[in-house]
Parts: sequence; C-alpha cells; structure tokens
Amino acid sequence: MPLQSSTRTLPWYAVPWIVDGWQKVKRYPLIPLAILLFMLVIPAIFAPLVAPHDAFQGSLSHRLMPPFWQEGGSTEHILGTDKLGRDMLSRIIYGARVSLTVSLIAIFVGGIIGTALGLISGYFGGWTDAVIMRLVDISLSLPTILLALVLVAAVGPSFGTVITVLIVLLWARYARLVRGETLAIKELDFIARARVAGASHTRIMGKYIFPNVVNSLIVLATLQVGYVILLESALSFLGAGLPRAEPAWGVMVSDGRELIVTAWWVSMFPGLAIMLTVLSLNLMGDWLRDHLDPKLRNL
Amino acid sequence: MQRFMAVRVLQSLMAILVMSMIVFGLARISGNPLDVMLPIEALPEDYERLEKHWGLDKPLHEQYFIFVKKALQGDFGQSLKYQGKSAMGLVAERLPATLELAGFALLISAILALPIGVLAAVAKGSSMDTAAKIIALLGQSLPAFWLGIVLMWIFAVLLDWLPSSGRGGLQHLILPAITLGWFQVAAIMRLVRSSMLEVLDSEFVKLARVKGIPEWKVVWKHCLRNAGIAPLTFFAIIAGSLLTGSVVTETVFTWPGVGLLVVDAVRSRDFQVVQAVVIMFAGIFILCNLLVDILYAYLDPRIRVQ
Repeated sequence: MPLQSSTRTLPWYAVPWIVDGWQKVKRYPLIPLAILLFMLVIPAIFAPLVAPHDAFQGSLSHRLMPPFWQEGGSTEHILGTDKLGRDMLSRIIYGARVSLTVSLIAIFVGGIIGTALGLISGYFGGWTDAVIMRLVDISLSLPTILLALVLVAAVGPSFGTVITVLIVLLWARYARLVRGETLAIKELDFIARARVAGASHTRIMGKYIFPNVVNSLIVLATLQVGYVILLESALSFLGAGLPRAEPAWGVMVSDGRELIVTAWWVSMFPGLAIMLTVLSLNLMGDWLRDHLDPKLRNL
Repeated sequence: MQRFMAVRVLQSLMAILVMSMIVFGLARISGNPLDVMLPIEALPEDYERLEKHWGLDKPLHEQYFIFVKKALQGDFGQSLKYQGKSAMGLVAERLPATLELAGFALLISAILALPIGVLAAVAKGSSMDTAAKIIALLGQSLPAFWLGIVLMWIFAVLLDWLPSSGRGGLQHLILPAITLGWFQVAAIMRLVRSSMLEVLDSEFVKLARVKGIPEWKVVWKHCLRNAGIAPLTFFAIIAGSLLTGSVVTETVFTWPGVGLLVVDAVRSRDFQVVQAVVIMFAGIFILCNLLVDILYAYLDPRIRVQ
C-alpha cells in the first residue's frame, strides 16, 4: 500500500479545517501580528496611559483579589491583584515595556557588535577571520543560564547585568551570519570596481556590503526577539535577571509560584503574556524569513 | 578526521578556559573575599596576614593558576552558607537527584517524541503533521518555568493527584520530568520526522513493501531503525541542555538537585558553590557538544572534509 497516493486520501484523524486553518495562519500573519501589536508594542509605548492603575503602588486592603469573574473579584481589577495589592493588568502592561526594552537593547547592541565583527572577519579574512571565528565558536558553546548565574552572583541583578549577559550570548550569531554573506558579496564585480575607484575598506564595508546583508539581519533579529524575551524571563524567574522590584513578567511568575494554592492568577496571567508574545513573534519571524530571505531556512 | 578532531578538542578546551577565566574574574570583581571572612573590627595586620595565607598578595595571573590547579583537583573552597562543607562536596551530594530527574525526563520525552515524529512523517501534510508542527512551535514558545507552575496548579492543586514539590517516589518525579522534557519533545520529534521522511523514500523500503511485509512493520521496524541514527547523535546535546534546564525546573518544584543548589547559592551570594557548579556544568555541557561533533563527523563523512 503506497503511503501517499496521488489523490491524497487523508487518514481518519485528518480534520480538514484544522489543516486549512493552520495554513491560513501561517500564510497571513495578521492574527499574530495583531496580538503582538496589541499585547506588546502599544502597551509598552503608552504604558502610563493604558494601565488602569499604578503598577508600583498597591493598596494593602485590596490584596490578592481574584479576577473579576471569580467570587470576590471586581471589574475594577479585571485580572485581580497580587500580594501587595497591585493591579495585575497594569503590571503586565508595564512588564511588556520592560521585556521589550531589555530585548531590543540587547539585540541592537549585540547585532551591531556582531555585524561589525562579521564584516571585518569576512572582508579581511586571514588571521583576523580565524581569531574572530574562534571567538564565535567559544561564545556559542557557553552555557547560557550558568553564565548569567555567575555574573549575577558577582555583581547582583540589574538591568545592566541582564543586558550584558544577553549581548555576550547574542553577538556571535550575527557575526557568523554576516561573515558568510560578506564572503560571497566581496567576490562580486561591484566591490572590485569600488576598490578601483579608490574607496576605502571602511567605505566598502559600510556602504557596499552592509546594505546587502540588512535583510538577513532583520530576519535574524526578529527571530531572536522571542528567544530573548523567553531567556530574560527565565533569568528573572530564577532571580538572576531583573531586580525583584521591576514589573518583569518572569519576576511576576516567580512571585506567584508560592501563591499557587491560594491565588493562581498571580502566576498564570504573566506567563500567558510571555507565551502569546513569544508565539506570535516566532510566527512572524517565520513569515518574514520566508518572504525576505528564504535561504535562512535552517536558522 | 584527525585534524578535525584536534581542532574541536582544542576549541572545547578553549571554551572551558574562557569559562574559568570569566568565573575567576567575576569572583575578584565581586569584592575582596577577605571582607566576608574577617569580622568588621579586624585590623589591617589581620588583613595582611590572611592575604598571605590565602595567597591573595600574589599577582593576579599567579592566583589564576592556583585557582585552576585547585579546580582540577575538585577543590573550590568552603561553602559560605553551609558552614564546614566543601563546595564540591555539596555538589556531589546533590548530583544524584539531578541525574534521576534528567534521566526520567529524557525517557518521557523519547516516549512522547518518537511516535509523534514517526506518525507526522508517515502522514505528511495531514493534521497529525500539523499537530506535530504546533507542538514544535509550542515547545519554542512556552516558558519552562511557567509550564511547570501550570502543571503544578492543575495536577497538584486543582485535581490533587500528584505532589507539588520535593523529592520522593515516582509521583514526585512525574511533573518535574514532564516540565524538563517538554523542550526536548519538540527537538527530538523534529529530528525523527525529518530523518523518517528521508528513509521512507529510500529503495529498501520500497523493496520491503514489494515483498509484502505489513505496513506497520515497514514503518516501525525497517524505517525507524535507520531513521533513529540521526536523533541518536543529538543525544549528547539533549543531555547537555537537560542539565542546564534542570536549574529552572528544580527551582519550580524545589527539587533538591544541583540546579536548586546553585540558585540558592546565587541568592545568598555563596560564590564558592556557584563556582563549583558552573565550572562542572559548563565542563559537562562543552564535553557533550564536543562528543556530538565527533560522533556526527564519524557518521557523516561530508563534515570531515570541510
């Protein structure tokens, strides 16, 4: 019996609308994009305007109020309050701001360092290339969480620490990607012509090679945002990321861990926010990759 | 092949070296260790005496060599939090719990991932395949620590079927193992699916079908046996990520393993213990990566040529 007949008879468990629905989601990333915009970008930018309550000051008389649909909850605090009486929804909205700030700074700085080193490595070749590529290999083989734990044990948790750890982990991928593309581009005619015309090395790298790798960089950066948010929240959860006072999603889940018996909402909603955000970022990254740069398939 | 192996071994040694330098450097940045050891009313002479005793008056590179020498002998000093215990001793005490958890997680993820991966490949494009893709996507997007709390809430709090934390019998093992294994399910499944697709297309499978061997036997015996090689080479990577992943899972379930030890140590600034765990885990992790590369190069000649 052939497994895949030409008429594509689907097995009993193949429910057509699920398959079609999934393919639609993959093809038109409007749904994830909308969720993303709604959940991450708008709240992050307009946090003080959007948040219904103060995210840092709570009232102790409103401690651990459940979400509004549960006994004892009120529509004033739609998602309930935490153990200091702070509004969950407001904290989650501020959390979007924190996550986005940290991951964008880390990706931006890591991307710049990686791109610069990748350009130099690919363009000049030789021992420069060898040294930089060995550094890339080493950086990629360092265990993430452990590195963050040592750093935090030494200097304490702060924005700076988290961003430093993330940059150390992120730059290598950009360097590898850009180097590969640079190797191919520098053999092209227009580079040779630029050199004949007397362009300096810096100018060739910045003006002629860099624009040709931008697409790949955008794809890689988008694919990494989700990963970085996930990583940052895991570190914050462990107490090795952002300081405990920050309304970071990972910190909030960690706060709710000990309250799981009495107040499930304290850890559930921030976690849900992380999951939906990362999920939509991944879907969007896939879509961007397919449209801007299909050759990056195996990233 | 020999050249490739030499390069990779050298690289791994470099990685461990870099990691040890980072750890050593950070230990010095974090402040003078004497401030912790000496009482506040200590005189400058006391500082000098102890500085000599611990070798802290020597130049930094000499101190680093001493650190490496001691580390190679497994000596990372005394724990600050647990008085009278050596850092390495604490790690050794906690290691069995972590290995138990990691082993069980690996088992669970293999049991889940193999059939899903095979079915997804056999029925490519069906909703089974789609479901597999969704699982893979969820594996990338679900934060492990949150998944653990959700499982704990459902099965320990709401249903009251399983204990929520601590170490004990098999019931204690189930939730942490699922949490830890979840990411591996997605990874193993994808590997099984892609290598199954390749094998299903090959000549000997057609021959097996022509010979009239039942389809289930073709798929589960003839194909799977050959498709299993690629995922097997990734076993070491999976083992490495299980170890580092155990840090998160053990914190969620207060599982008394090395991961919980290191998180506690970070919180109480017990730097000796952090050093011991990080260097050991990093060593295992890097060794695992090395093993994979060598195994892979051995099985796939194309890599050796590069």
